[in-house]
Parts: sequence; structure tokens; C-alpha cells
Amino acid sequence: MTAPVINTVTELDALESESIFVFREVAAEFERPVILFSGGKDSIVMLHLARKAFSPAGVPFTLLHVDTGHNFPEVLAYRDAVVEQLGLRLEVAKVEDYIADGRLRERTDGTRNQLQTIPLLDAINAHRFDAVFGGGRRDEERARAKERIFSLRDEFGQWDPRNQRPELWSLYNGRHRPGEHVRVFPLSNWTELDIWNYIEREQIPLPSIYYAHERDVFERDGMLLAVGPYSQPRDGETVARRTVRYRTVGDMSCTGAVASGATSAAEVVIEVAASEITERGATRADDRASEAAMEDRKREGYF
Amino acid sequence: MSTLLRLATAGSVDDGKSTLVGRLLHDCKAILADQIAHVKTVSEARGGDFDFALLTDGLRAEREQGITIDVAYRYFATEKRSFILADCPGHVQYTRNTVTGASTADVVIILVDARHGVLEQTRRHLAVAGLLRVPHVVLAVNKIDLVGYDEAVFTKIAKDVGEVADQLGIADLQAIPVSALVGDNVVEHSADTSWYDGPTLLEVLENANGRTDTSNQPLRFPVQYVIRPQTEEYRDYRGYTGTVASGTVTVGDPVIVLPAGRRTSIAGIDRPVVTATSTAVVERPSAIAGEAVTVRLADDIDVARGSVIVAAEHSPGTRRELAATISWLSDRPLTVGARVLIKHTTTTAQAIVTKITGALDLDTLGVIDAAELDLNDIGKVQLKIAAPLAADPYSSNAITGSFLLIDAHDGWTLAAGMIDDEEGELL
Ligand SMILES: Nc1nc2c(ncn2[C@@H]2O[C@H](COP(=O)(O)OP(=O)(O)OP(=O)(O)O)[C@@H](O)[C@H]2O)c(=O)[nH]1
Ligand SMILES: [Mg+2]
Repeated sequence: MTAPVINTVTELDALESESIFVFREVAAEFERPVILFSGGKDSIVMLHLARKAFSPAGVPFTLLHVDTGHNFPEVLAYRDAVVEQLGLRLEVAKVEDYIADGRLRERTDGTRNQLQTIPLLDAINAHRFDAVFGGGRRDEERARAKERIFSLRDEFGQWDPRNQRPELWSLYNGRHRPGEHVRVFPLSNWTELDIWNYIEREQIPLPSIYYAHERDVFERDGMLLAVGPYSQPRDGETVARRTVRYRTVGDMSCTGAVASGATSAAEVVIEVAASEITERGATRADDRASEAAMEDRKREGYF
Repeated sequence: MSTLLRLATAGSVDDGKSTLVGRLLHDCKAILADQIAHVKTVSEARGGDFDFALLTDGLRAEREQGITIDVAYRYFATEKRSFILADCPGHVQYTRNTVTGASTADVVIILVDARHGVLEQTRRHLAVAGLLRVPHVVLAVNKIDLVGYDEAVFTKIAKDVGEVADQLGIADLQAIPVSALVGDNVVEHSADTSWYDGPTLLEVLENANGRTDTSNQPLRFPVQYVIRPQTEEYRDYRGYTGTVASGTVTVGDPVIVLPAGRRTSIAGIDRPVVTATSTAVVERPSAIAGEAVTVRLADDIDVARGSVIVAAEHSPGTRRELAATISWLSDRPLTVGARVLIKHTTTTAQAIVTKITGALDLDTLGVIDAAELDLNDIGKVQLKIAAPLAADPYSSNAITGSFLLIDAHDGWTLAAGMIDDEEGELL
């Protein structure tokens, strides 16, 4: 793609205002909102916007992390530092707990992104969260491209893409019955490039894995996977030390790195603008599983 | 304020909306290699040629049925500007989703299949665009390849649609002969339509004016949420957050807070400053329409969510009765006496539909008597509301002039409403 970096400051301002509006609507109309916070760049931008929306007061929401147990240590450290510095409340729902007592079983491929749905829905029920902020963006994936900004989930946490509520202007309708909840996507209209331009403009710190670093990796399905506790090369896969960075962070066993020399947000902006491949296409094995992998997971209540 | 342009497609089922969107993205080089590879694989598996519609028809059911069910949003940029594209469904059953996609559009592209001409759904979508007062409408006479690139076919459809648009008060209509499948006049001028010397679709889009700037209009500032940090540093801080709906708010401005009607003035406007460890605000002199800010007032008066801060010289006052035009979006018909919730800016209140004045007849485009409004009907109603609303006519303010009707029981959005002006014309 040759699209130039033309996002002007005013376009970012418009996106920022739109997101802040959404946070304030939710704070005013819901009783128990929660921000899904993974320590990835989109959730970090989301938290930054929420802080702006309520400044100089604190963020009136809890954070929830659905922990696969396959984490990048840098990301967990970042998460804990943010919670500590800002005095936020963090709930953690652990996939490991479910595997330990048999409520979930490890998949044959060993990856755990898909396993997050049940711990997520259980946490929503247990804490009676009524609004759940997700960092999903419509430009990420074709099922996400169909999402409303306020997206109703039934008692079972299910999304019904064939029967979504109309969403007019910026009049967001958050009405729901007991047991139902609303997923809210304040970053719906942001692109990956917008996110990076904003990180650079606002000087938002990120976990170090988002920038170029050296790592032992091997190639699988056209992705560079890190050698580590959750992913080991199979026969015929050779390990090499390369300079890479991550475009997304998820389950470490199926999130790929990309070869990159970008050491700052400004350099990432240039790289993303010139990229020939989408963020998920480059880095997520789980999305390639089938034609409607994300839709199916979202229907069940996934992020 | 920005060069961003929001587009939505409309028109009858199978007229080629998704194909056109795919073609536009493709020819603007806005589709990345893995997405192209995906569409290729899926198209081949179905034994067909590259199907551009698969770039937006992303749901399983859409692919199985070959129709669009709900809006897909796509983002792309050219050298000149960036775009948010909403590809809407044509099927009558999903009209509510097309209303959704069109409600935020600066430009609606109405497609007509050159072989079929104007259909009922074309008229319905034109009426929706007119009603929503979408600033520009582009008519794409599509599948021109299937009528042998016949100029007469194009001219006839352009004339027919022009007449409908006139009746609906759509002033700005640009007609283009296109083939979404082949790419004629989408991004590149077509050699097969040498009789057409107008702009391509992309040229029209790149040069269209974006959102109307409303910062010169009277101030309207619906209060969303009140901030009281109660920290040592901000002990007595009381800030009213919101997004400027229209006009410009400036420190020192005299204002009225509705519905109470109290006069005061703007003491301060705050902009957040957030670093890794600190959360603070700095003052700014003014803010314009579209900006999310926090204002402070000179007097300690009762202000809460639902209050609207307005220019003291141009107050809309408040009302408990409204005459409005609505687009009915529910399977259950609307009857007189229905009790609903109305959501208007940041107020939600009980309301009763006291009268159905009439419904739009899509054949004649006139208003006819109606005892009830059915799914997808456009009608005129009168409402009695349990709380006073600071409302303007939709024609002068799209934010303080619009509302939703909501089912109090299940929360479903029943209708999109636009408040009539004094003339009370339907469109
Ligand atoms: N020959 C020809 N066929 C076209 C053209 N545009 C679209 N088609 C075909 O028309 C059919 C319908 O196209 P879609 O793009 O799915 O139509 P749509 O308007 O998006 O349909 P809905 O969203 O369901 O209302 C497909 O088979 C397309 O290949 C065109 O310009 N020429
Ligand atoms: Mg379509």
C-alpha cells in the first residue's frame, strides 16, 4: 500500500473527541463498567483516552485482564506498573485456573486465545459488569468491521450480528435487561495508523516488545514465533536471532513478530504506512483458522 | 474541521454496492496483500472470479446468501484525504442498518442497476438520505457494462432519479455511469463511456465538502457527566463535561443553562493533560463544535447530565411537545398512544405518541393518512414528553434536533426522529 501518512492533527483530535464522548456516556449511563486491559497497544490507548475523559479526576472504571498464562513478561510488568501508578483496580481472570480444575481443556495446538471467552464471561457475571469496554477496531478484521460502537450481548454473552440494534448519529443506546451487557468499542473508527500516530503525538509509553529488539525466533505459517516457554521449534524449523517487533500482543504461543528496525513510535508510523499486510494477517495464527474464525468467536462472547 | 469524509452506500438489493466499495478500495490500492489473497481463495473455492463484494461482506450469512446484512465500515486514504466508508445493505428487511450507516454520512452513494432503473428501495433510500439531510448524494448508474454502455439508459435513469431527488428536496445530486465490476469511472475514466465527460466517483469524493462546520452557529453544549475529583489539588473543582454540539464556547461568554433557564457565564474551559504518572488540566480560551471538553461555570447552580448550556442570546427554550418526522425501525407497528422512551442529547425521558399525522407514500412521495407506522415507514408524529427538552429543529441542528425512540421494556431502538421546523414540511 502506498497510502501516505496524511492523518493531520485535527483528524486525530476528532477521533479523540469521539472516543472521549463514548467514555463519558458510559460513565453516566451504566452502573458497573469495566475496561478490558491486556497491556496491548489498543487497550493502552483506550486507558489513556479514558483518563483524558475524566481528568482531573481518576478513571471511574475497573480494569479486567483475561490472562492466558502465555504472557510476554514485559507486558505483565507494564500492566502492573500502570495499575500501581494510577491507583486503579485490576481484576484478573485466569485461563490457567480453568485448566487446572478441568473447566477448560488445553487445545491440541496449545494456544489459548480461544480459551479466554469463558473466563471473560464468568468474570462479567461474577462482578455484574454491565458495560465492557473493548479495544477492538473495525479496521482489524471483517467481523469487527460489522460491530456497533454499543453492541448488545445477551444473557449468554452472545453477539447476534444478524440482529443488531440500529445505531443513529451519536445517540448511543445502552438500555439492556438484567443479565445482558453491552460491549463498548471506543476505538471503532481508529485505524492501526491512527493508533500509532496518537501514541507518538501523546508520547504514550508502551511495553518494549512493540519496538525493535533482538530475539531468537523460528518461522511457522509465515510468522516469526519467539522461542520461549510456550513455543518451541518443531523438527525442520530453524532458530535464528533476528531484530523484530510485535504489531499485536496476545497469547505468546501464536502471536508472531515482524522483522523490524523501528525503535520509536515515529518509526513505527512509517513502517505501518508502508506495510503490505494487515496487522492480524501478519501476526495472528488463530485468525487464519477458518473463513469466519473471528465471527464465530465473537458470537460466543469473545472480545 | 477535518478533511475526513464519511460515505455510505445505498440502493436496492444486488445493485452492486459492495462490489463498488471493493472496487473503489482496490483501485485506490487500499487493500493489503493478505486481504486480496483471502478474497481470491474464497472466490476460487466458490468457483467464481475475484468477488470484490467479499472485501466487505464479512459475515458467514452474508457470504452464504450473497447479500449484505449489516453495515461494514472500511477506512482508506488517498493523497488528498481520508475516508470512512459504510457499505450498507440494500435488502428491505435490513433498511434499519442502512439508516444506521447513512446517519453519520457526509455523502450517500445511491446505486441503481442500469438494467432495472429506479425501484421502490431506491426511492426509500433517497427519502432516507433526504430526511437525514445528508449533504451530498451521488447517483452511480451501475452495471453500465450490461447495457452496452448506452448513453440513453444513463440519461433516462439520471433524469428519473433527479425528479425524485427534487421532490425530496435533495439539492446536490451528481450522476455517474459506472461499472463496479469492470471499474469504469470509479477511479479511472472509462474509454467505453466517451459520451460522459464528468468526474469519476473518486474525483467527486475527493472534492466533496466534508461535514458542515457548525462552529458559527449558536452554542449548544449538552452536559454528559459532572466531574468532581475531590482531591487535594482540585478540592472545589466542578467541571461539566460534554462535546460542543454547535457553536463556539469561549471563556466569559454569557450562557443559559436549560431546562432550568438560569443565566451564568463560562468561567473556564479545561483541556486534559495526561502523562504516565499525572492527570491534570490546563485552561484553554475556547472550544468549537465537535470538541470534547470540560467547562466550569461562574455561578454555583444546579447542573447535571441532561442540562444543556446554550448561548444566552440564542436560547431555544424548552418544550414538552414535539412534532417530528420519524423513520420507524421496529417489526412491531407504532400506534397512537404508544408509551416509549425518548433519548434526546443526554436526556432520556418517558414519552407518549399523541398523534400519527401521516406517512410518506413512496410512490407519490406525498404524505398520506396512516393509522399506524410499520417497519421501514417514514411518518410524521406528535409526542408528549415527561421532561422539558432543549430542542432545535433538525434542519438547523442535527444534534439537538435528533432523537431516538426506545422500547422501555427490551431496550430496542424503535425509531430515528428528526424534529420538524415551523413549516413542518416532511422533508
Ligand atoms: N456485470 C456487472 N455485474 C455487477 C456489477 N456490479 C455488481 N455486479 C454483480 O451484481 C451482483 C450483486 O453485487 P453486490 O455488490 O453484492 O450487490 P449489493 O448492492 O452490495 O447487494 P446488497 O448489499 O445485498 O444489497 C454480484 O453478482 C456482482 O458481481 C457491474 O458493474 N457489472
Ligand atoms: Mg452489499
